[in-house]
Amino acid sequence: MSREQVRIALVLPDLLGTYGDRGNVIVLAQRLAWRGIGSETVTVLSSAEAVPESCDLYVIGGGEDVAQVAAVRFLHRGPGLRRAVERGAPVLGICGGLQVLGISFVTGDGVRHDGLGLVDAVTEPGSGRAIGEVTTRSTVGGVGLLTGFENHLGRTRVGPDSQPLGRVVRGIGNGHDDAEGVVRGHVVCTYLHGPVLARNPKLADLLLEWAIGEPLEPLPDPPELSALRAERTRVHARNRK
Amino acid sequence: MTDTTRETRRTAIDGAPAARTGQRWRVIPAPTPPPTRTARRLDLRTTVAVDLGRLAATLSRLLGLGSGGMIGGRLALTLQPQALRRLAIGRRVVMVTGTNGKTTTTQMVAEALRSQAPAVSNATGANMLDGHVAALMTQPDAPFAALEVDELHLARVTAEFEPAVILLLNLSRDQLDRVGEIRTVAASLRRALAQAPGAHVIANRDDPNIVFAAADHPSVTWISGGVRWKNDALNCPNCGAFLGDTDDDWRCSCGLARPAADWTVTATGVLAADGTHHQLRLSLPGHVNRVNATFALAAALRLGCGLDPALARIGRIRQTAGRYDTVRLAGRQVRLLLAKNPASWLEMLDLVSGNGRRLVLSVNSREADGYDVSWLWDVDFEVLRDRWVQVAGDRALDLAVRLRYAGVPVEVVSSVEDAVAAAPDGVPDVIANYTAFRDLVTRSRR
Ligand SMILES: [Zn+2]
Repeated sequence: MSREQVRIALVLPDLLGTYGDRGNVIVLAQRLAWRGIGSETVTVLSSAEAVPESCDLYVIGGGEDVAQVAAVRFLHRGPGLRRAVERGAPVLGICGGLQVLGISFVTGDGVRHDGLGLVDAVTEPGSGRAIGEVTTRSTVGGVGLLTGFENHLGRTRVGPDSQPLGRVVRGIGNGHDDAEGVVRGHVVCTYLHGPVLARNPKLADLLLEWAIGEPLEPLPDPPELSALRAERTRVHARNRK
Repeated sequence: MTDTTRETRRTAIDGAPAARTGQRWRVIPAPTPPPTRTARRLDLRTTVAVDLGRLAATLSRLLGLGSGGMIGGRLALTLQPQALRRLAIGRRVVMVTGTNGKTTTTQMVAEALRSQAPAVSNATGANMLDGHVAALMTQPDAPFAALEVDELHLARVTAEFEPAVILLLNLSRDQLDRVGEIRTVAASLRRALAQAPGAHVIANRDDPNIVFAAADHPSVTWISGGVRWKNDALNCPNCGAFLGDTDDDWRCSCGLARPAADWTVTATGVLAADGTHHQLRLSLPGHVNRVNATFALAAALRLGCGLDPALARIGRIRQTAGRYDTVRLAGRQVRLLLAKNPASWLEMLDLVSGNGRRLVLSVNSREADGYDVSWLWDVDFEVLRDRWVQVAGDRALDLAVRLRYAGVPVEVVSSVEDAVAAAPDGVPDVIANYTAFRDLVTRSRR
């Protein structure tokens, strides 16, 4: 791709954008801007024909059941996202985004829906909502400790074709073993809100490097970001319900 | 002026769109006079429950445990589970709900009604059933009550009794880890209205989620005041189809459509359905309060109040439970603004973005705020780019990171008091979310 202008697709924020997920795109664009790299945010609303396959990076957020079912129906309509993934473009799926990018998910009404199958993950409702601060340890791309906030009913099993994004240190995560999230190639999925890229700049930069295809110069974390990461990985035990 | 109300068009939520024969209007007959202030006889159990509840409230107050209202209401409800229903008999009750503006609008309704007769109110934010009982207990003979109600509790209220008027202000994302998602709330309001077919509904026609909740009710006055925050209404609340720009008229293929406005809020006042324009001279700032005032005015007229006396009383309100109030903090005058969720942050940022005052923001994430602060990223803090902003509160660091990414120069301070004490001359603005705001109000009164 051209390094001139990185095209970041915000996929279906009208359906899957309930939990500040737009913030992940703000973080990606700003981290490029701080390095003098331009970016363009391509907002794909459900009124669009389909997801364009030409973007460099895709972000899909979470939403409620009805919206999630409408979103997966929309995503099945065109091959754009699948082709982009085959080309190696990174995709970040959050919460409901994780579920629609997996093989299948079951909504609260017991109906099973086919996902896009871009990661090997199957989601079914749990006995209660998982709500609270989460810390996980990731081995992917040297991203290390991840911090976020989870709020989901689904419990997700990661299959042999994919790996978890991290191992739960505190919190619930996928609800099976101690896995949190799911990764296959450049498709990264997680239950972590926060937004996840705001709290975890290394993960943001990893996605950007995949999008650009070359290493980025390191950025020093602003002091409040280091302090926030330290605070969140320390205090969440107290805040958990 | 004439109070006109659109008769229900049987739309379509549950089936095929009904045949439309154009808009049918009817003029509501002259409003009934208020109930006379004869003491209503309560049954023995309710009387005992109310007496003991009041005693508990008084004791709680004397012991310094707070205002006592909640404890009294809770005790009365325990002793007489039907206390709400019994206390509401013979009164004309206005229920006010919606995500933002409940407390302010409730106070406006109460004040407007007082132009005619005594009205009780829970305009302090105690908006569940015990708060309602507590408010009604304070003056069992007052013919009017203006009660704010939590969005998810309106259905419990209408299961108990039928209010005279129900105000549906707006719905937007708020404390998702606690309250739940918009669709659930909209469906609950819809059920609540179905239980109160005899109530008169005053609803926001510019908010598709509110339109969904009220569309099938037989008696609705529609208010048009515009909606700044649109991200919770991009899709049809009924069927999920994309709606597009809801600033324009919209009609979904499922039949849900934007109703015509009975009252339209303008830059200076309100345009009534009969074409007359009325100036709104308010002490409270901003467009958002002209919208709130229009809702309150429509409710008051419905219950027989005169326009001018009602407006005069609404106009005199300077603060509601501390909101918009200029208070003393750390020896300084500061203006306190409450913002709890993306929609109300947009309104408050709009209010301060034009002035050059020192600005302090404070955000907590306690139980009453919701533990998740991801919503900070739904707020366009980018409008503050030219400002230098100080941040405080339990989640000052989250806010600082958000502002850093928005390109806003930011400083983390240990408390709002520290920030304002060091401020130069002038009256700083402080915008705080729920518990941060509540604590500031408490500390300012010391
Ligand atoms: Zn529809």
